[in-house]
Amino acid sequence: MEANKIIPDPAQVREELIEKYPAKVAKKRSKSIIINDPDTIPEVQANVRTVPGIITQRGCSYAGCKGVVLGPTRDIVNIVHGPIGCSFYAWLTRRNQTRPESPEDANYIPYCFSTDMQEENIVFGGEKKLKIAIQEAYDLFHPTSIAIFSTCPVGLIGDDVHAAAREMKEKFGDCNVFGFSCEGYRGVSQSAGHHIANNGVFKHMVGRNNEVKEGQFKLNLLGEYNIGGDAFEIERIFKRVGITLVASFSGNSTVGAIENSHTADLNVILCHRSINYMGDMMETKYGIPWMKINFVGAESTAKSLRKIGEYFGDEGLKARIEAVISEEMPKVKAAVAEILPRTKGKTAMLFVGGSRAHHYQDLFSELGMTTVAAGYEFAHRDDYEGRQVLPGIKVDADSKNIEELKVVADPELYKQRKTEAELAELKEKGLEINGYEGMMKQMTKKSLVVDDLSHYESEKLIEIYKPDIFCAGIKEKYVVQKMGIPLKQLHSYDYGGPYTGFEGAVNFYKDIDRMVNNPVWKLIKAPWEKKSTGLAASYVTQ
Amino acid sequence: MLLRHTSKEVKEREGLTINPAKTCQPIGAMYAALGIHGCLPHSHGSQGCCSYHRSTLTRHYKEPVMAATSSFTEGASVFGGQANLLAAIDTIFAVYDPDIIAVHSTCLSETIGDDLQQITKKASDDGKIPDGKYVIYASTPSFVGSHVTGYANMVAGMANQFAESTGEKKSQYNMIAGWMEPSDMREIKRLAKEMGINIVLFPDTSDVLDAPQTGKHVFYPKGGTTVAELKSSGDSLASFALGSISAEPAAIALEKKCKVPFETLDIPIGLSATDRFIMAISKMAKIEVPDEITAERGRLVDVMADMEQYLHGKRVALFGDPDQLLPLTEFLLDLSMKPVHIVSGTPGQRFDKEMRVMLEKRSPETKFKSGLGADMFLLHQWMKNEPVDLLIGNTYGKYMARDEDIPFIRFGFPILDRIGHSYFPNIGYNGSLRLLEKILNVLMDRQDRDALEEKFELVM
Repeated sequence: MEANKIIPDPAQVREELIEKYPAKVAKKRSKSIIINDPDTIPEVQANVRTVPGIITQRGCSYAGCKGVVLGPTRDIVNIVHGPIGCSFYAWLTRRNQTRPESPEDANYIPYCFSTDMQEENIVFGGEKKLKIAIQEAYDLFHPTSIAIFSTCPVGLIGDDVHAAAREMKEKFGDCNVFGFSCEGYRGVSQSAGHHIANNGVFKHMVGRNNEVKEGQFKLNLLGEYNIGGDAFEIERIFKRVGITLVASFSGNSTVGAIENSHTADLNVILCHRSINYMGDMMETKYGIPWMKINFVGAESTAKSLRKIGEYFGDEGLKARIEAVISEEMPKVKAAVAEILPRTKGKTAMLFVGGSRAHHYQDLFSELGMTTVAAGYEFAHRDDYEGRQVLPGIKVDADSKNIEELKVVADPELYKQRKTEAELAELKEKGLEINGYEGMMKQMTKKSLVVDDLSHYESEKLIEIYKPDIFCAGIKEKYVVQKMGIPLKQLHSYDYGGPYTGFEGAVNFYKDIDRMVNNPVWKLIKAPWEKKSTGLAASYVTQ
Repeated sequence: MLLRHTSKEVKEREGLTINPAKTCQPIGAMYAALGIHGCLPHSHGSQGCCSYHRSTLTRHYKEPVMAATSSFTEGASVFGGQANLLAAIDTIFAVYDPDIIAVHSTCLSETIGDDLQQITKKASDDGKIPDGKYVIYASTPSFVGSHVTGYANMVAGMANQFAESTGEKKSQYNMIAGWMEPSDMREIKRLAKEMGINIVLFPDTSDVLDAPQTGKHVFYPKGGTTVAELKSSGDSLASFALGSISAEPAAIALEKKCKVPFETLDIPIGLSATDRFIMAISKMAKIEVPDEITAERGRLVDVMADMEQYLHGKRVALFGDPDQLLPLTEFLLDLSMKPVHIVSGTPGQRFDKEMRVMLEKRSPETKFKSGLGADMFLLHQWMKNEPVDLLIGNTYGKYMARDEDIPFIRFGFPILDRIGHSYFPNIGYNGSLRLLEKILNVLMDRQDRDALEEKFELVM
C-alpha cells in the first residue's frame, strides 16, 4: 500500500534521532534504531537496559508478572507483598474483562490485595505479616488459589515468599498457594515478569487436573488477556466452528481451566512475547505443539482459523471454518468498503508492547494504511527478526537472573500429538509449528524499526513523519494528541474493543476512521490565529 | 455483583489490606514536582514506579505527565543506585534541558539506603548540574505514610532547597497548596487577587495539568511556581499552609530556614473552611473582605437555605485523604447531612484527633477509621450494615456504588473516569457551590428515578 505522503529518508531520520544524545547514549540507541529490509532482516538491539533518564515507555517485572499474565484470571486471590502502591496501580487498570458463569462464581478481579508493608516490616522482615495476610485471605474468601507477588523491597530484605507459600498451602490442604519472585528490578522491563509468571503458572498450576474433557478439537489460547473483550470474540468464533477452548492464558480464564490445559492437543499463541515460554515448556513436558496465530485483523483471523483447521486435519472442521469465514466476511468487507476511501494512503506508527506493534499492522493494512515506523516496548530480538535468531542471542547479566526451568517429558502425561512426519507434512503446507517469523518480515523496506522508543525519539518521529495516527499507551496518549495527532492506545484500546476476530476488526476500522477523520483536529487553531499564517496559503489548498 | 465477595460480617484484619483508600508516597512527590515551572520529576527506583505514577496521573488529568526514572536493574539494587542517578542527570540535562530535576526516592532506593542528598551533592561536585540549573530531592519511602506524605515531603523539599531570606521582607504571602487540583490552585490565586494580596503559591499545577490544545506539545508548560518565586518565599511576610498533612511541613521548613511565620488552615472546601480561609487572610493582611467575596459567600448560603429539604439527614459514606476529608465532612454537617462512615488509608494522629473532636461535637455516632486497615473493603462492609444515601470518594468507589445502588460523587484522587476536576474548582465559595450542585443533582436524580408515577415532581 502506497502512502499519500513522501516517506523521509530513514537513514537521515536515524541520525536526527540520536543527534542530541550524549555520545555513549547515541551509540547505544543507534543499535536499536534500524532501517528495515524484509529480505535480509537486520539485527535489532532489544531486551537491553534502558538508559537512565531517557524517559522510557517501559515498566517493571512485577507489572509483567502480576499485571499482564496472572491478573486476568478471575478466581485467584493475587496478594501483592510490598508497600501499597504496587497493588494499587495494577488494580483494574488493564481492563481484563471476565465473565463468571454464575453470580456465585468467584471473581476477584475487582479487588486489590496487599500486605501494605510498613517500615517495621522492611526493618524486621515481612514474612510474618505475609503469612497473616494469606491466612486472612483464606478465612475471608476460601479461594482455590492464592498467588503471592514480590515487589522490590521483598527481594532485598530476604523475605522467602516461596517458603511462606509452601507452609500455608500445606496448612490449608484445600488451597493452592504459590509465589512469584517478580521484584520490579529484575530484568530490564515487563518481559522478565512474563517469563517469571510463565514459570510459576507452569510449575504450580498446569497439570493439576488430568480429567480429559469432551471435545474433538481441543486447544489452548495462549497470550490473550481479554482486554476490551478480545477473548469473548475469539470464544464466539471457536464456538461457531466447533473448536473446544480448554484454557485461555489467561483472559476470561479460571484456575480450573489452566490446571487442565495439558489435556489440549494444540497451543495457539497470540502474544508471542509474553507466553512463548509456556508453549515450549508444554511441548516438552506434554507433547503439545504450539502454533503462532493472529486474531487481530479479519484476514489474519481467517488465516489463523484455516491454520488450526489444517493442524487438526479434519474435513468437517475445515468446512465449518470456511462456512464461518464466508458468513462473517461480508460484514467486514462492507465496513472496509465504506471506510477505506477515508483511510487509504494514511500512515501509522506503532510503538507498543511485545506483539501488538506487529499484529495491529494487519488491521491498518486492511484499512489501506501504511505503517511507516514501529517498535516494541519490551520485546526481544526474536519478536523482531523471527525465532531463527534465538540460538544466537547472547544471554546477558540481566537475563541470566531469570530462571530457565529445566523441563523434561512427563513419564505419564507426555503424549506426542503429532509425529515428526506429520509435523513435516504440516510444514509443507505452510504451517509454522513452534515458530514465529517476527515483525520485520512483514514491514516494508526502509520502514523504521525502533526498540524501546524514548520520549524524545517519539516527538522527533512525529515531527519528521507527521503520521496520521500514532499507537502507544496512556503515558504517550495526550502528549501526541497535544501535537494534533490522534493516539490510539493499544494497551487499553481507549476503553473500546474488542478488536480481535471479525467483529473486532469492524470495531477497529470504525474507531480509526473516527479518530483520523475527526473534525476536532481541524479546530485547533482559533480563527484569529489562522489569519496571521496567511490567507493566501489557505485559499490555495482549498 | 462486582464486589461479590464482600460480606457484611466485619473481621479484624492485621495483615491484609483490601481495596486501599490510599497509594504510595512517590506519586505524591511526582505530582507536587509538576507544580514547579520547568521541572522534570525523577523517580529514583525501578522503571515500574515511574511508569505506574505517570499512568495514574495521566488517567486522572488526561494530560501529558512527563517524568524520568533511574531504571534500576538487579545490579543497581545490589550495588546502589548512585551510578544510575548520575547517568540519568547527564541524560536529562542533555536531552530534556529542564531548569530543575526533582528527584524522589522509592521503596527500592530507600531499602538499599541510597542517600539522595549525597548523590545530588556529588552530581553538583562533579559538574553535572549546568549553571543556573537545579537538582532537588525528597525522600519518599513507599512504606511510610501515603501518597499525601510524599506530596508533603516534596513540597517541604521545595521550601528547604529554594527559599532564601535576603533580610528584606517582600509584601507577599506564601500560599502553600495542600494536595488539590489545578482548578483549585487557580481558584486560590483568584481569591487572593480578589482579597488584594500578593501571594507565592506553591506548588502550582494550573497551566501545567490543564494545558490548552495548541497543536504543539510544550514539554514545560507555562504554569508552575518559578524558581524566583520559590526563592522569594523566604522573604514573604507569612505563610498559609492549606492542609495540616500535605502543606504544613513546608511551612514549618520555611519558618525554620527563613523565620517566616505561618498559619495552618484547612483546604477551603465548604462554607466554614472557606470562611476561616478568608478571615485568616483578612486578619493577617489587615484588610477588609471585599464585597464581591461576601456576595460569593451569600450565593452559596442562599442555595444551602433554599435546597435544605433535599439535603437534611441524608446519610453519606466518604473516603479519601485527610486534608480533604476534614473540611468536606464539616461541609456535609453544615448542609445538615449525616456523614455516617469515613475512611482514609492515610495515617495521622492529628487528623484523627481533629476529626474525632469535630465528630464528637456534631455527629458522635459517625464511624471513622484511618491508617492501617482503613480500606474500602471495610467501608463497604460498614455500608452493608448501615446503608447510606450517598457515597463520596475517588473513582474506585463506583464499584461499591453500583453494587449497593447508591448515588456517587467522584471526589479526590484518582478520578479516572470523568473529567471536570482539573477545570472546575471544589474550593472557595464558588467551588463549594459546584460541589453542592453535584450533591443535589445526584440526590434529586435519584428521587426522580425512584418516584412513583403519581409522586413524580415537575418543580423541585
